[in-house]
Amino acid sequence: MAQLTRSKSEHPSYALGWHTIPLKGRSQQAFFTVEDEGENFVYPYAIDVDFNKRIEFDAANLEAPAINLKIRELMEQGYGWIVVKNPLAKHSLGVGILNRLKLDFEGSLGYFGVGVIDGPNIRIKGRVGWSCAENMMSGTVVIEKNAGSCFGAAIRGGDLVCKGDVGARTGIDQKGGSIIVGGRTGAFSGFMMQRGRMVVCGDAGKNLGDSMYDGTIYVGGSIQSLGVDAIEAELTQLDIDWLTRKLALFDIEAKCGIRNMKKVVAGKQLWSYDNLEPAEKKLVL
Amino acid sequence: MCGIAGIIHRGAKANVGGEMTSMLKALKHRGPDSTGFAVYGVPQSGELVLRFKVAEQDDLKKGFEIHGAIERRRATVDERIRGMGGEIIEADAVTEYAFRYRIRFTGDMRKFADFIEDVEGAEILSLGSSLELIKDLGDANTVSNQYSLGKFQGSHAIGHTRMATESDVDIRSAHPYWAYPFHDISVVHNGQLTNYWNGRRDLERRGHRFVSNCDSELIAVYVADKLQRGVALEETLARSIRELDGVFTYLVATADSLGMAKDTMAAKPMVLFESDDIVALASEEVAIRSVLPHEIDTYDPYDEEVKVWRS
Repeated sequence: MAQLTRSKSEHPSYALGWHTIPLKGRSQQAFFTVEDEGENFVYPYAIDVDFNKRIEFDAANLEAPAINLKIRELMEQGYGWIVVKNPLAKHSLGVGILNRLKLDFEGSLGYFGVGVIDGPNIRIKGRVGWSCAENMMSGTVVIEKNAGSCFGAAIRGGDLVCKGDVGARTGIDQKGGSIIVGGRTGAFSGFMMQRGRMVVCGDAGKNLGDSMYDGTIYVGGSIQSLGVDAIEAELTQLDIDWLTRKLALFDIEAKCGIRNMKKVVAGKQLWSYDNLEPAEKKLVL
Repeated sequence: MCGIAGIIHRGAKANVGGEMTSMLKALKHRGPDSTGFAVYGVPQSGELVLRFKVAEQDDLKKGFEIHGAIERRRATVDERIRGMGGEIIEADAVTEYAFRYRIRFTGDMRKFADFIEDVEGAEILSLGSSLELIKDLGDANTVSNQYSLGKFQGSHAIGHTRMATESDVDIRSAHPYWAYPFHDISVVHNGQLTNYWNGRRDLERRGHRFVSNCDSELIAVYVADKLQRGVALEETLARSIRELDGVFTYLVATADSLGMAKDTMAAKPMVLFESDDIVALASEEVAIRSVLPHEIDTYDPYDEEVKVWRS
């Protein structure tokens, strides 16, 4: 077994437990120390807000950095429910929010909207561009209309919901949480998925679940084609119960009926599923 | 990265010059190197609009000789237009090196274009009854102001903001590309073609000419080749998905149509809004919002998707 040794060089990321632990043979990133991990973890700069305090502001004439600073400023004043009017598809709005907050966007967002969040409940009454909620850790994000490609790229937790159609590469590198799509999804969805669940009530494009390591994808409509090492599996009662609960929670209907949904999982035939390096795997094969 | 945009009004004319300026301004961050417009105006019976340049903007910084050379080159172009049986109705010097002519000409368009482009430094940007193609270094506002596009009335337009990755930062490598030698066909592209040289060699063997080393020009020439052989625009776009290799989204405009094609990987962005009156599409929704700020429903076309709209 690989030996864990802590790096000698001190770095601010130690404060958050975001430090690299070199492993013998390979290296990997340790995101939290064991003692930090848990329900009570709070970011050093997280803001305590009051959900009974609501405020609106108009973002039509503000640039993206100013909008994000305004949200932070309002959170610091204790507002727990912030409504942003006229976001006009600007990029990178609502990013980096690391505490509980109720945040509504009355309109569409551009690229990288609500990325790197941990905790807020966000509703977007429009469309979102590419890479919405990238690296989301927890909370909920609900989009009322359509979404662009790379929807929920690398999310680690929380519920990310789009009631309309989404583009290509949905849930690429998904590491946890749930992605729920009311309509169809494009090509290469679930590419290199590692954990978590993805639900697509409509059709799925080609190469679904390509090179997925783990996790589960449910599809209500047709699947154009499965990707490398993605296979269909039997839908169990546990799956049905989970799907029923989640879809009801977000008021989404699977037109085909939940019991008729297809379940896609990793076939686990790729080299990644044992401790062998690629060259060693070749020898074994 | 590059940004592309298109807009078409169905059954109406509008200020497409101003609209495209706003859309490309919103996409400025996707490509600061050059900006280009292909705007489709109201055709005048029996007339063609010829847009050409006889030098690069950068040439003006290389000494005083160029000013005289530009005058001589322009005089030679005038001489050749008349020599080919053409009539110059109106001649505007939009900049020192770029010109807009209203002409009458009914002969062989390829010979005509080749003869003009044979003049040192001369390049035809567009030639058509309704197409006017303008491209230059700088952002959308700069180019639009320089060429007075802010109030251009027409049915549709496509445009491009360029981040140069495959070739030089000059007008020659800027988009849109005119589909030589066809009237009124232009192309803008976001992406990279990986079978550029093979495709170029094939098309050159069939007699097509290239003016740059920009892979996007291949699409314009490819489209021209297909249309020349009688393939419909929709079919041309569908075939291009199979025959052009790489990651791309591109727009093509003709005298009365606007089309789009997206590659097999859906690797390059495109956001689309369609209504009964207007279709607007761009690399980013923020460009569409610059002309349609009210709440609208937009979506991303999928991989291998091809669409054509008529004005």
